Amino acid sequence: MKVLVAVKRVIDYNVKIRVKADHSDVDLTNVKMAMNPFCEIAVEEAVRLKEKGIATEVVAVSVGPKAAQEQLRTALALGTDRAIHIETDERAESLAVAKLLAKVVDEEQPGLVILGKQAIDTDNNQTGQMLAALTGLPQGTFASEVAVDGDKVNVTREIDGGLQTIALTLPAIVTTDLRLNEPRYAKLPDIMKAKKKPLDVKTPADYGVEVASKVTLPKVESPAERKGGIKVASVDELIDKLKNEAKAL
Amino acid sequence: MSILVLADLHEGQLAGTTAHVVAAAQAIGGDIDVLVAGEEVQAAAESAAKLDAVSKVRVADNAVYAHQLAEPMGALLVELAGDYTHVLASASTTGKNVLPRLAALKDVSQLSDVLGVESADTFLRPIYAGNAIATVKSDDALKVITIRTTGFDAVGASGSAPIEAVDTVVENTQSSFVKEELAKSDRPELGGAKVVISGGRGMGNGENFKLLDGIADKLGAAIGASRAAVDAGFVPNDMQVGQTGKIVAPDLYIAVGISGAIQHLAGMKDSKVIVAINKDDEAPIFQIADYGLVGDLFEILPELESKL
Repeated sequence: MKVLVAVKRVIDYNVKIRVKADHSDVDLTNVKMAMNPFCEIAVEEAVRLKEKGIATEVVAVSVGPKAAQEQLRTALALGTDRAIHIETDERAESLAVAKLLAKVVDEEQPGLVILGKQAIDTDNNQTGQMLAALTGLPQGTFASEVAVDGDKVNVTREIDGGLQTIALTLPAIVTTDLRLNEPRYAKLPDIMKAKKKPLDVKTPADYGVEVASKVTLPKVESPAERKGGIKVASVDELIDKLKNEAKAL
Repeated sequence: MSILVLADLHEGQLAGTTAHVVAAAQAIGGDIDVLVAGEEVQAAAESAAKLDAVSKVRVADNAVYAHQLAEPMGALLVELAGDYTHVLASASTTGKNVLPRLAALKDVSQLSDVLGVESADTFLRPIYAGNAIATVKSDDALKVITIRTTGFDAVGASGSAPIEAVDTVVENTQSSFVKEELAKSDRPELGGAKVVISGGRGMGNGENFKLLDGIADKLGAAIGASRAAVDAGFVPNDMQVGQTGKIVAPDLYIAVGISGAIQHLAGMKDSKVIVAINKDDEAPIFQIADYGLVGDLFEILPELESKL
């Protein structure tokens, strides 16, 4: 079966972000960007399914500015077969991305779609679920284990109290949690080879999808700073401070 | 304005988080209905009826809603949502799993992890692992929102709302429940605990987490962990505090052997008082800790336990 994997270009997770002086958004100029960590896990899982002979072809797709092609090339270097870039400079909300991905699903007819559980920039945790709703496919979110078995897939999910396993009829949508796998690094020869792999560029208009959303961002601010604390010299002093100063004990 | 709150269940009982979501609904204003959906959830519905400010409780009690699988829950919510201007759930794994389905099926956006209400259409939510707070305004006809429960104080439980049955039954042929492995713990639930003590990579191994037990017992604390400790296999993942784990805001948070990576701070920096115990006096955790103690946790923890 074909596996479709969605990747997002986001700020590198190690970067300490800055809010713009005019409070319109976070400042992304000259900031290191990378593939969203959960998307790396999604790509890894798709490639592993191919290595196991379950997936016949793995297609990576990304919605975003032209620069997102860097992340698609990374996905190609990691073992995906071809890529689709849906180019837009607009701020694409989860719903618009889900609508675009639903069109790609319709066109490509994958047996499984794998996404990350959330992007570390917007922290929304929505796109996979929305895609499942729009395509009418079942969803296995926050997956820590994915086992394809004939026309079903068993997904072990990380839920608040522990783990839950559900069985889904294929085709299905899966979103990855951190413990699903350990993503590999791209090797130099694979990075070179990835430059020759096919990458189709489309626009939202090609799919007849409107990217604009009814959600606006009037203001972005830095969170309240914590007051600088103190270092104590001993356990006795710590307990004393907690009891008498902070009244936390 | 009329608001539907999806109740959180924990082993068939009403979870404490629901009272926080009702408080968020109260901040929006309007009639508040609570939906309790699941199998054999009458007791949970009775608990929900006691929550202050609730107008009525609607109960969808059917085997198809057992374990609150996303497909039937989404279908149920779509059926009911037409009567409301807002649908709220906690940002629990169930709320996160189900609500985006409702939003997409109603062709509206969803606002995730809302921690403040400015007005009926304008809300505050954290982005970039809590390093920025976005004000978001939704012009959608239906507002679908998950609530960060640490942002709202729970409502009281002195009410007596009427309970009515919801007869809507949907079909689900696409997904089925196989099994659940829930971590057993006698300690308070991590998300709602007043005191949390967490261990990180510095704990060295899973066995050493026992050093936290005595202190947790004395303080009535829940025990958490950093991602490093979870990834190293010291403790199960449901103990993880951080951007991708649980978000906590207890009165007292004690971080032991945790360096303080951005992703961990995202889960605990709204705690009232933060204590850091770490041998590295340069560790970033000390920049946000109210009280820091530099030293070897293997000496400090037993001393702390004996002196509490």
